[in-house]
Amino acid sequence: MALLDVNNLTVEFKTSQGQFRAVDSIDISVDANDVLAIVGESGSGKSVSMLAVMGLLPWTATVTADQMLFNGIDLTTLTAKQRRNIVGKDMSMIFQEPMSSLNPCFTVGFQLREALKAHLPLSRSARKIRAIELLEMVGIPEPLKRLSAFPHQLSGGMNQRVMIAMAIACKPKLLIADEPTTALDVTIQAQILELLLELNQQHDMALVLITHDMGVVAETAARVSVQYAGQKVEEQSVEDLFAAPRHPYTHALLAALPERATGKLLPSIPGVVPGQFDRPTGCLFSPRCQFADARCLADAPLASPDDSTSVRCHYPLSNSASVA
Amino acid sequence: MIQFVLKRLGTTIPTFIGVSIITFLFIRLIPGDPILLMAGERGMSDERHAKLLAQFGYDQPLWQQYWDYLSGMLRGDLGISFRTKRPVWDEFFALFPATLELSLCAIIFAVFIGIPSGIVAAIYRGKWPDQLLMSTALIGYSMPIFWWALLLIIFFSGTLGWTPVSGRISLMYFFPSGTGFMLIDAWQSGQAGAFKSAVQHLILPTVVLGTIPLAVIARQTRSAMLEVLSEDYIRTARAKGLSPFRINGLHALRNALIPVVTVIGLSVGTLLAGAILTETIFSWPGIGKWMVESIRARDYPVVQGGLMLIAAMVMFVNLFVDLLYGLINPKIRKS
Repeated sequence: MALLDVNNLTVEFKTSQGQFRAVDSIDISVDANDVLAIVGESGSGKSVSMLAVMGLLPWTATVTADQMLFNGIDLTTLTAKQRRNIVGKDMSMIFQEPMSSLNPCFTVGFQLREALKAHLPLSRSARKIRAIELLEMVGIPEPLKRLSAFPHQLSGGMNQRVMIAMAIACKPKLLIADEPTTALDVTIQAQILELLLELNQQHDMALVLITHDMGVVAETAARVSVQYAGQKVEEQSVEDLFAAPRHPYTHALLAALPERATGKLLPSIPGVVPGQFDRPTGCLFSPRCQFADARCLADAPLASPDDSTSVRCHYPLSNSASVA
Repeated sequence: MIQFVLKRLGTTIPTFIGVSIITFLFIRLIPGDPILLMAGERGMSDERHAKLLAQFGYDQPLWQQYWDYLSGMLRGDLGISFRTKRPVWDEFFALFPATLELSLCAIIFAVFIGIPSGIVAAIYRGKWPDQLLMSTALIGYSMPIFWWALLLIIFFSGTLGWTPVSGRISLMYFFPSGTGFMLIDAWQSGQAGAFKSAVQHLILPTVVLGTIPLAVIARQTRSAMLEVLSEDYIRTARAKGLSPFRINGLHALRNALIPVVTVIGLSVGTLLAGAILTETIFSWPGIGKWMVESIRARDYPVVQGGLMLIAAMVMFVNLFVDLLYGLINPKIRKS
């Protein structure tokens, strides 16, 4: 059984102009020790879907799902208090902006020990020892000294390490990393990703990596889920996805990678992701798709799980098409 | 830290000079001759008038008068009141504890009700607790103080007879004023019922004086909390699985306190400067009443000296607030 098994997850936001569907019937499945990357443009609902799993969305959001199982527990039926016992312990999350994700008024040590205190029956001194151990684990030099530092006294990379230390404090089964390296320097990016993978391998911790960076996906993930305008359009293993993308959107995304560009001009996908009011009736990608025909414009395709691949497209690309 | 305090004290010197010039000039701009006012309706001969003017030094040119006043102040001599013939310094410190006691009680009342109200309103934004609290705060803020005081007196003193109408303590009790704070003195006197009487006398003035600061603090807390609650570190705190009480009361409140402490500091400043209406309505023998009477009598030394001392108190409170910023949010300490 999968560690995280979410079926038909939909998130809607109340706005002044009515309901806005940010996540549209998405399925997510993560096995223990798995590394799943969720990719997509800004506004494709990748962060929102994972925030919904964590239960961190604001009150304006309505979350519905046929099933939301984590570690055998149905998250949809839990009370707020029962949910808090899981969140931060078995399932934790780190965010995009390490500088603003730590509270500026409290020391790093305080915030780290607080995460331990919330879930583990440790004594004061045991918490301190564990906090030092955690800082060491995430590669922070002079951990004892750093405990009394405030977030503004540390660099962005160091702060992200502290965030990771906080997230893994209670040995979670699942760590969700929401664009963990976007705000960091390229050299630091590589170090942080390496650290996350190391923790994934050594501590039996599944990793969900939300990113829009295909390079990051290629280096880290085992499986990739591609989201577009709130829908999952394709899911494949990382090797297959890069070798033979089946959805035209994935194909276009990969073609737009600078590393893969052959001509003088960088290929791009024309148009923008549809917003609240210009959602097409048919396939959501149809206005931007180079292969779209009348059927694509009229009927929305359903997700079709065929063998290990699921593609939301009427005309999935075959291997030959992706090469062409 | 010490360097910061010294620097900050240094900047108060020009402020002091400014305040001294303004109070010196403004009291002289108000029409009315202090010597003639002292004489009352009988009036006095021109000769006697000139003699008295010379005696007080008011026949000198303005700059000479200002210099005398300034050099006197530097020596710690604020002059002698026309009306009571007592040193301004002594008068101030006889009356100031009453004002301080009332102001502190009012601000404690305002803080302990205002901050929790603001937090609750922010958490339930847009829902009925928010609307109820914020419209109550708006009413409190816009209500004329004297009217509010009279309503409370009519109801609690008149109809219910729970609280006394005026003064600091019942006339039944007499004991030497040690600290000047009635609550402490009454407690120390050991007389049965004295402390209770002092508390009863303090309740209504405290509520009346604290109402406006309470409304301001509640509204400020709400808006600061709303801003902070959408910050990333609040999401982090929730992602840790912390309780809402800890998230709102510790993580959010500590960050929201900066603007709240600012308005508390400003409120304390205005309260110390004399809660004139409240002190008048409740016959509270504080400096607000004293200042008004002195201005009416053109009691130059009292107005000048009193205002300087009040300015000093306000500046001290503001310095304290600045120091508090650094304690609340260490990021501010750095810059």
